Amino acid sequence: MVPSSYYLMLSAVLFGLGVVAFVFKRNIITIFMSIELMLNAVNLAFVTFSRHLGNLNGQVFVFFVIVVAAAEAAVGLAIIILIAKHRQSLNVERVDLLKL
Amino acid sequence: MSAQIIMFFILAGVAVLGAVSLIVQRHPIRSALSLIVVMVSLAGLYLLQGAEFVAAIQIIVYAGAIMVLFVFVIMLLNAGEEERTNVSGMARYVGLPLSFFLLLQLAWWVGRGTSGMATPASSSPAMTRELSKLLFTDFLLPFELTSILILVAILGAVVLAKREN
Repeated sequence: MVPSSYYLMLSAVLFGLGVVAFVFKRNIITIFMSIELMLNAVNLAFVTFSRHLGNLNGQVFVFFVIVVAAAEAAVGLAIIILIAKHRQSLNVERVDLLKL
Repeated sequence: MSAQIIMFFILAGVAVLGAVSLIVQRHPIRSALSLIVVMVSLAGLYLLQGAEFVAAIQIIVYAGAIMVLFVFVIMLLNAGEEERTNVSGMARYVGLPLSFFLLLQLAWWVGRGTSGMATPASSSPAMTRELSKLLFTDFLLPFELTSILILVAILGAVVLAKREN
């Protein structure tokens, strides 16, 4: 069996890469995707702890995280389409006013 | 080295490469495809940990539904290459090394803090059955609440999409 620490290290690395992408990317869709990457890293940690502690609650939480991510993607992408229509650009640096 | 450890390193390497590719690629559609690679290899890691149900919904919901939505929106908006903006030299030469340092340190401390953890017992075969029992007993209220959340999300997306200018 693979030790739990390996999985947790991979989870930390993926989360860190998600943060790097979130900070450095300029395209609003890519920034949104980096949030999904961070959610995935957290899911991996949940599943690892669920296996480690012999308790299935962690996997139930992963289920809920995935449901929330799906809802978030639906609403967020609708907002992104509106922003792209109004600003004619997907660059976040052009989206610096709250008014749509 | 057992077959499982080799499998773990292959899947973990693919996942990390996909995440790096997400950052490096300048075209959003390539970033989206890299993210799909990360999600599929994570599904493999869930299978390796004996979480079959989570692996299945990872593929069906994440790679299947959410990423298709992303790709669809990228194509709908005809998103081109990311514009190069003049990032300040401070951000490039100090920020980037510092963020990678933070990443490595996070991984190091997590690994150090958990290296004493014993290798857990192998998973039971009837995990999905236990999971669904848990979902419909202990977590019944949150489970039902997620249906309201999804309903609200559908309504929100429709209202936003239909708004006339």
